[in-house]
Amino acid sequence: MTAPLPDKTVPDKTVPAKAVPVPTPETQPFWDGCAAGELRIQRCTDCSTPYFYPRPVCPACGSTRVEWFTASGRASLYSYVINHRPARGFENEAPYAIAVVQLAEGPRMMTNLTGVPNTPDDLVLDMPLRVVFEQRGDVSLPVFTPAEEGR
Amino acid sequence: MSRGQRGVIIAGAAETNELGKLPGYSTLGLHIEGALNAVADAGLTLRDIDGIATVSAPGPVQVAHALGITPDWIDGTSVGGTSFLLHVRHAAAAIRAGYARTILITHGESGRSRVDVARMAPAPTSPAGQFETPYGTLGPTTTFTIPALRYMKEYGLTHEQLAYVAVAQRRWAAKNPRATFRDPITVDDVLASRMVAYPFHLLECCLVTDGGGALVVTSADRAGEFPHPAVHVLGTGESSETPMISQMVDFTESQAFRLAGQAAFAEAGIAASDVGHLMVYDAFAHVPIYGLEALGFVAKGEGGPFIADGNTEPGGRLPLNTNGGGLSYTHTGMYGMFAIQEGVRQIRGEAAAQVEGPDISVIVGNGGMFSTSGVLVLGRQPR
Repeated sequence: MTAPLPDKTVPDKTVPAKAVPVPTPETQPFWDGCAAGELRIQRCTDCSTPYFYPRPVCPACGSTRVEWFTASGRASLYSYVINHRPARGFENEAPYAIAVVQLAEGPRMMTNLTGVPNTPDDLVLDMPLRVVFEQRGDVSLPVFTPAEEGR
Repeated sequence: MSRGQRGVIIAGAAETNELGKLPGYSTLGLHIEGALNAVADAGLTLRDIDGIATVSAPGPVQVAHALGITPDWIDGTSVGGTSFLLHVRHAAAAIRAGYARTILITHGESGRSRVDVARMAPAPTSPAGQFETPYGTLGPTTTFTIPALRYMKEYGLTHEQLAYVAVAQRRWAAKNPRATFRDPITVDDVLASRMVAYPFHLLECCLVTDGGGALVVTSADRAGEFPHPAVHVLGTGESSETPMISQMVDFTESQAFRLAGQAAFAEAGIAASDVGHLMVYDAFAHVPIYGLEALGFVAKGEGGPFIADGNTEPGGRLPLNTNGGGLSYTHTGMYGMFAIQEGVRQIRGEAAAQVEGPDISVIVGNGGMFSTSGVLVLGRQPR
């Protein structure tokens, strides 16, 4: 890792920590992007297909000529559940939504939804979303929040 | 194609003596009891076994060694609850190739009592550990379930129709003394049960039990040498789709079910209309709907209404999950073995809720969360 680690706040021992992703060499540019407030994903320079999750080969055509680019951060709500049995660290948030969003560029990713009540009435499929970042241990984690139409 | 040379049969099939809460058995102990029961069911001894297949925990080496088997052929394919269907497929190929003659496929899982169970949480460096676990996933109830809302929006599946899947399967379970849950339930009961992960209520989620089972697979030229009628393996298929639910190709259909099913039907030379009995791995209530549609039993979007109209329950035209399924019969974690066992019982004519003489039974297996699939076409007669 080349980026300096952000300052760690004193951990709250009363609530177990949420799972923290640990980057690998192939995924480090994604997490570096998140730390810079950008959602960086990859695309193939041969067939132009954008894709996620990070890996050094295009899943559409097999080319290794791939590049990183900064996605728009816009997405729509593809599907979700509202989980009533919390994972470690989510005890105070249950029930909470575990969502899959479709990025404007096409690829899908799992996420949480913030800035909106996590209820069936408030979470309408295909609603427009935009990325924001949440500090999680050493990394910035992309999550999504409702966006105005067209933004 | 010469049947005598090419055909493969299931000659022995059995489950552990009991299913449910069995704290007196380790995972390995359940494998052993299932294996001994299946070998006895085939009228054989462990000395007759020359091939072994099972999942990675405890693994084929451990199971073979515990049973005193020195295998010439080993398969440790471990791709979730459908693995045992893939083992049957791989065993069929090995028998045709002459690599083995009599193959034992075992399952055992202390899913409820958790006696010697391997941890399954993804490493924080894995793709799932980086891109799914941080969002608060906690096993299948939080991931396998995510596609359902998309399906409901696209095809109009109602909460009542989803709930009815559990109701229909309970009607089969009511006929089965070995089923964990046998009391009749209504759609209202299902919708009133505790919410686990919206839109899934407790009764739309599978059981968690202890248990095991095993199969003995050999060549069809030996049909007639065994105590029970031969169950012919007419066609098989396998496919993998995604290691993470978020990367499933289309949340409204299972590509893996479809591709494995197409391969199995093509090999068997059958169409959906030839099938008299069907098992679709039902970890959750939406999975049978995806299975019915992926294998072409109904058109896209018609699976829910098809079940809600009574077509798959006792008296219906396509008996589905006749042991009660993972929702009511048993679900150790890797349920596929139990789906195969019920297909074998139906073809033999010895099921607790026996269907009127099915000539062909199809088993649709799921591994992980729509991650992998194996499909088997079993028949009373050779092809």
